[in-house]
Amino acid sequence: MSEKNYLLLANASMAKLSDIPRLEMGDFRADCLRAVKEENCRISAFFVLPGEGKEDLLTAILADPEQKKFRIMQSAVRDGKFPSLTAEFPGFNRFEREIFENNGILPENHPNLKPLRFTGKNDRIGEMEFFSMQGKAIHEVAVGPVHAGVIEPGHFRFQCMGETVYSLEISLGYQHRGIEKMLTGMPDNKTAHLIETAAGDSSIAAAWNYAKLTEALGGITVSSEVEAIRQYALELERCANHIGDLGALAGDVAFLPTASFCGRIRGEYLNMTAELCGNRFGRNFIIPGGIRFGVDSTRLEKISKWLHRIAPELWNALELMFNSPTVLDRFENTGSVSKDDALALGLTGVAARACGIDINSARDLPGKNAFPEVIDCRKFSGDVISRAAVRYEELKKSHDFLFGNFDDFKTSISPAERKNPALANDAIAVAVTEAWRGELCHVAVTGNRGEIKMLKIVDPSFHNWEGLAMALRNEEISNFPICNKSFNLSYCGHDL
Amino acid sequence: MWNSLKARLRQGYRTGKFPAVPPVLPDRFAGRPEIDLDKCTNCGQCRAVCPTKAVLELNGKAAIDTGKCLFCGRCVETCSAKAVTLGKEYRLSAMTRNNLIAGGKPYTPEKAIDRKFVDFCGKSLKIRQVSAGGCAGCELDFNVLNTLAWDMGRFGIQVVASPRHADCILVTGPVSENMLAALKKSYDAAPRPVWVIACGCCAISGGIFAGSPVCHDGVEKILKPDLYVPGCPPHPATLLEGILRLMGKK
Repeated sequence: MSEKNYLLLANASMAKLSDIPRLEMGDFRADCLRAVKEENCRISAFFVLPGEGKEDLLTAILADPEQKKFRIMQSAVRDGKFPSLTAEFPGFNRFEREIFENNGILPENHPNLKPLRFTGKNDRIGEMEFFSMQGKAIHEVAVGPVHAGVIEPGHFRFQCMGETVYSLEISLGYQHRGIEKMLTGMPDNKTAHLIETAAGDSSIAAAWNYAKLTEALGGITVSSEVEAIRQYALELERCANHIGDLGALAGDVAFLPTASFCGRIRGEYLNMTAELCGNRFGRNFIIPGGIRFGVDSTRLEKISKWLHRIAPELWNALELMFNSPTVLDRFENTGSVSKDDALALGLTGVAARACGIDINSARDLPGKNAFPEVIDCRKFSGDVISRAAVRYEELKKSHDFLFGNFDDFKTSISPAERKNPALANDAIAVAVTEAWRGELCHVAVTGNRGEIKMLKIVDPSFHNWEGLAMALRNEEISNFPICNKSFNLSYCGHDL
Repeated sequence: MWNSLKARLRQGYRTGKFPAVPPVLPDRFAGRPEIDLDKCTNCGQCRAVCPTKAVLELNGKAAIDTGKCLFCGRCVETCSAKAVTLGKEYRLSAMTRNNLIAGGKPYTPEKAIDRKFVDFCGKSLKIRQVSAGGCAGCELDFNVLNTLAWDMGRFGIQVVASPRHADCILVTGPVSENMLAALKKSYDAAPRPVWVIACGCCAISGGIFAGSPVCHDGVEKILKPDLYVPGCPPHPATLLEGILRLMGKK
């Protein structure tokens, strides 16, 4: 394969749309499949760019960890259809269903072409043909959209025999707010907020991605100190969520000490984030061109002292859980996903690393991220304890960063002014951040006036929901809560 | 067992003293907007930059509808007269929609007006939360009230799994089209009388998602809220204070 078959683009940078090679559909298909099956690439985004009178362009953005850049290629869609890739690589499944739903373009011979978010004209939420098993001893359990706890809506269909789950089908779309459609047009004062609220627990990662896109397309450079403090906020977000997840896992196996301690400790990290910007979820902190609130050494010292006080309490709470035989008995060999399945489904982030897959977009796609430290994934075997242990190790790494880099912040960073810079026209920019769940990808495509023609959001949950379904196979249905918590995926980030 | 006890002693008693002691809020906390009427020239700058059209004109001056406000601070940044500030007042909840509008008047939080509710739920309140669109931020900070840091159980407030056990439906999100039926069903399944809390600016007005063709601009056109809790998302103290006030406990 010659180099010209794709455009190589670095994370958080832009290219002209006309620089993307257009392949014949057969070559496009073969190149995509070879990249993901043999060349260690993963699908960051896969969508149709509407031609608006001209040809619709099927676009693949594949992360290439060896070249440490994205491969981007396109192919014209003819007669409103293209040959599906899902049967040969399941990681394309949701992307192709999304294309069918959003663009009305048929992925031919897709093995599972069901509504994804129920946004089509004739779709009614929850009305579809669910996979079902036949037999006298088979029973079906339907859960949701409204669940028992304070949690987002989604529908789960279990096919069971006795206590054992043979299949779980997850049907989402309840949280669909039409964010991607609302984002088209000239960037305005709503844009940043819409992006931050795509998934409210990953606001900092999303805001950083938006800043990266805008800075790439607007030709804006920001200092490394600013990027470091953005990373600081991102690590606080990661810590808060990982701590909450580990506490929730403890709660689900009725190990109440850690559940209670972590619930409280998570709040401390949210309050540290609020110390930076006033909001516990880091809203309105990262903006294109910088950060909205100044940060000086006094403020960082306050947070650092706070961290030094809380961290020992955190390790105490977590070690208590990880040393408890009753907890380990419930976590070990529960909800296992094999490495091969995880690779084929294109899992990302915590869920992928827990299956022993050594991926981390902060290292594999160097952009603006200052935190390339990765954990050793080889020892993990894809069960609940692996997903818990990945979080624990990442918490350690995050704390190393939060403690270690404090001394660099001698100079104070002044706040940037909020504005909507002019964006390059007819261009594409891709930004990926290793958010706490995994690879969060934003793709911006601009039109001839520099307006946003498309802002594609690929939440890590978009890749990972199939992983949860896989984890439940041959599992007791009573283990669903801990399997679910061990993934803790976003409904709103998926539904957009 | 011994390790658990040791950890318990080490972690200590951590439930806050709210509401007897007001919450400790960060210096950058963005609370109820305040308009300095002497400085406001009604120039309209703040109206122009507001992402959710939360700035209104009231008696020739600016006023801010906290039911739409994201507390993003654009109005504060843009006001050349320095008339707008986001204060430290975290008690934002109101029982009537009109009382969400923050203008130049001095502010005192509304008292419980629904005596029936106070008599019925004054000692305990069972809440069924329904997410109807939104970003999960409100859900996360509502869950925080269940942690031992806030422990809303000590006020008799409890989250229940089924609407059949609920006195109250707490709605978050702008009510996506795809959640409309489930929200109505949840409400209908609750025994009467049932009260409604609109939590977060999405549930009150649609928030940032107002105008989306697949959302319903909040819960108001579908159910009549008895308590409006502004914020994006509301701070746990804001939400708890509002619920306690609704229960007649404050």
